[in-house]
Amino acid sequence: MASLAILNRSYWQQWFRVAKTSQNIATLNPRQIYIVPTRWGVLYAVMLILLLVGSINYSLSLGYYVTFLLASLGNMAMLQTWRNLVHLKIAVLHAKPVFAGDTAQVLTHISDSKSRARYAIAAQLEENMAVAYDIASDATQAVILPLNTLQRGWLALPRLTLYTEFPLSLFHAWAYVDSPLQVLVYPKPSDNPTAPPQSADVLNSGNSQIHRGDDDFDGHKTYQVGDAPSRIDWKASSRGIGLYSKQYSGNAAASLWIDWAFTNSLAFEARISQMTKWVLDAQAAQQTYGLILPNLTLTPNNSEAHYHQALTALALLQP
Amino acid sequence: MKSLAAKPTLTPVLTPTQLIWLMASLGLALATHVLNLPIWVTIASAFFGAWRFAAIKNPRLMPNRWLLVLLSVLMGLGLLLTTGQFGRDASLSLLVLMTALKLLETKKLRDYMLTLMLGYFLVGNLFLFNQSMATFGLSIPPLILLTATLINISLKTPQSFVFIAKLAAKLLLQSVPVMLILFVLFPRIPGPLWGIPQDAFSGMTGLGDSLQFGNISQLTQNSSIAFRVQFQGTTPANKQLYWRGPVLWHQDGRQWLSPSQNIGLAPETLTTQGAPIRYTITLEPHNRLWLLMLDMPSIIPPEAKLSHDYSVLASAPVRTRIRYSGESFTTYKLGETLNERERILSLQITEGENPRTIQLGQSLQHLSPQEKINAALTMFRQQPFIYTLKPPIAGENPVDDFLFNTKKGFCEHYAASFVYLMRAAGLPARIVTGYQGGELNPNGNYLIVRQSDAHAWAEVWLQGEGWVRVDPTAAVSPERVEQGIGDALRDSDALPLMSRHDFPLLKKALLNWDSINNGWNQWVLGYDDKKQLEFLSKLSGKNLKESDLVFWMMGAIVLVMLATSYFLFKQSKPKLNAAQQLYTQYLRKLKPLNLVPNSNEGAHDFALRVTAQLPQQEHAIMAIAEHFNALQYSQNTNNGALEALTKLIKNFNPK
Repeated sequence: MASLAILNRSYWQQWFRVAKTSQNIATLNPRQIYIVPTRWGVLYAVMLILLLVGSINYSLSLGYYVTFLLASLGNMAMLQTWRNLVHLKIAVLHAKPVFAGDTAQVLTHISDSKSRARYAIAAQLEENMAVAYDIASDATQAVILPLNTLQRGWLALPRLTLYTEFPLSLFHAWAYVDSPLQVLVYPKPSDNPTAPPQSADVLNSGNSQIHRGDDDFDGHKTYQVGDAPSRIDWKASSRGIGLYSKQYSGNAAASLWIDWAFTNSLAFEARISQMTKWVLDAQAAQQTYGLILPNLTLTPNNSEAHYHQALTALALLQP
Repeated sequence: MKSLAAKPTLTPVLTPTQLIWLMASLGLALATHVLNLPIWVTIASAFFGAWRFAAIKNPRLMPNRWLLVLLSVLMGLGLLLTTGQFGRDASLSLLVLMTALKLLETKKLRDYMLTLMLGYFLVGNLFLFNQSMATFGLSIPPLILLTATLINISLKTPQSFVFIAKLAAKLLLQSVPVMLILFVLFPRIPGPLWGIPQDAFSGMTGLGDSLQFGNISQLTQNSSIAFRVQFQGTTPANKQLYWRGPVLWHQDGRQWLSPSQNIGLAPETLTTQGAPIRYTITLEPHNRLWLLMLDMPSIIPPEAKLSHDYSVLASAPVRTRIRYSGESFTTYKLGETLNERERILSLQITEGENPRTIQLGQSLQHLSPQEKINAALTMFRQQPFIYTLKPPIAGENPVDDFLFNTKKGFCEHYAASFVYLMRAAGLPARIVTGYQGGELNPNGNYLIVRQSDAHAWAEVWLQGEGWVRVDPTAAVSPERVEQGIGDALRDSDALPLMSRHDFPLLKKALLNWDSINNGWNQWVLGYDDKKQLEFLSKLSGKNLKESDLVFWMMGAIVLVMLATSYFLFKQSKPKLNAAQQLYTQYLRKLKPLNLVPNSNEGAHDFALRVTAQLPQQEHAIMAIAEHFNALQYSQNTNNGALEALTKLIKNFNPK
């Protein structure tokens, strides 16, 4: 139904000009800025028409003055709103992986290079929460954009909209930015508390390397998604430089194998979800674990890199 | 799957600060209207404002829907009871009360914005009541504050009041050029578009269309300006300045009336002598038809009508200040022939009234017309008649009472009694009302005619001469006509200040002020469709049409917007501090030697390079670099360093 196609957001979105990032930086050039009156702008226009009609009817010269001053103010607001947005530079930097259903935080830098302070610049990744910042003249503002995730795998960054209604909220100016950035979304861990069948790996128990364990406090590491909350050193974290988890070292008794075969009874996505849960649990328990998937096998380990490798493999597993 | 239909944006929750901004700006807009509102409306609105303010701290105080409905009904009833008709005053009261009640239910951004727009509208309404320069000034603070409120709601991070107010003022200031273009070039449409409420003109004063003992002397106590006149060439003598208004023919008891225009009399003939007097009049609105012109008008404004007895009438009541040009002759013959109908009308008197006057008139009937006039004027001159603003109240037979008992009266008493007597004596006569004299404003070289110059005189019809003006007041008080009312009534403190002679300095200051006001009236308030085309045609040297105006307006706006954009988008040069300014001077001295610092070259490195070329000045060069760096980068530098640098750079000579 062609007539309904225009009602579809994605149909008309393709006709807009979009700023593309080149080497991660996009500049909003004048041709990429769109501007329309807001509903307050329409209300303002109605008020102006009433004032004009009144001035004509009563032949009020000073009525004309107020009408024309406010009309000109509206015009100026349009110019200023546009000016507030144009020539901003946006760098879309990176986003750490999150679990499906969680909100990813996309780090961007918005900067002014035209020696004028910008106010109330809002940024929004399509359907996600908008955030608004002021940007000082010739300065760079770090902006963290929330991005809701639903499915595991690579999530291409949705179109970024930058908009502003400053100074008078009478006009809405916006621009689109496309970035090649992708966010890795780990599978959503299952709620099922069942532990994986214990199949202690005798082969690997001989590896007498020191594993991170529960026994002795061994120092801090930066908090990573998946670290158990009980491991967070709140005292250290309260210094405001980030979250820290306590690290303990201990000798893992044996390596745990998380095997694709254990989840035979479940549907495909549920299997991935279940295995994710086991990976999380094993990591939280500072256990050495290995992962067996249909397409790859990870030898037991319990390093940070191993953990992310395992989650990435689960995130990208194709049926 | 979660529904993604609603697009989450920044949730607009009104903060107390935002509400206070709104209340402050609305309060200011309301304050400018206080004089135009019934006192209870002001109090009620202030009360609603205070209520909303209290509800910021304690949201439970917010009235519910039913209470709001009840309040609205109560306010409506109050308006119904206190305002007679639904006109300008009542609609302003309604608008104010609605805004205040709207404030009381403002919880969301939508209500907030609507209330704010009502605030702007309220400021525009200010000029329905008064268009003076003071009112113009009064409109500016609320406009700034309302705009600041709009800025505040648009900000996402709190900013200081000064920042916001400054920005609002700046935006309004930047809007002035386009406003001026629109004001000058936007095609003015002559109003009204629909009926105007009656009370819109309640404040206007001027000559009425009838004459009764006492109503001109009442008008005389009003110092407001009736009209201003600019003469081309010299201003005629005061005694020639009879400004013709309505002519009254019909006597009915105490009243003299102007017969309705459809009476169908043929226009009187006019023959003129001598040179015409050309002038332009700016008439204050008086809500009547008369366009005052000098006796006798020969050329009248194109859109005006001339009545058969030479009153000049506009096509609609004069409700805005208008400006018109005309031509008059002070030497003339009007209506050389008098037809039967005119004769009957100009001899009409109600029977059974004023028996003594009728008796006196009949005793004069055997005299020639000129003798009749002289007899009456002699009576006024020789008997103890007094010219006064406070005549005693006339009794049953007002003319008898005045002529034979009280003998105290104002111009309308003299004119009416004289005409009555002449008619009783068989001489056709009529009353002319208008203004006499005026005051020359030395600053503007124009004549100010005030309501206090209102006057009434007589015209009698003489065979071979037509209608001849006789001013019986002149017989009693010649100064009234020779010098003006201020001289005629020396003792009278009932006269308004501007017509008296007691305070010359104050009067001079007020005259200066009047010439400024006159300019304001002519160029700002009087700028209507006609004046616009006239002014712009003169300016461009072409005959412009309204469509041309639109074309020029668009062009001018585009040009101004381009210029504004240029200034807005021009990147400001970084400001140099004192040391940098000095250093720039130093660099200028080195430029002829092709010594220019590279973009990444510091002062010290550059100094080393300069020294290589000018070794004999090494000391000075290195000292300059050292001082400059110290001033630029060191935290604690004293003033001495700057002085030393100044001296070094001043004395530096690269040759």
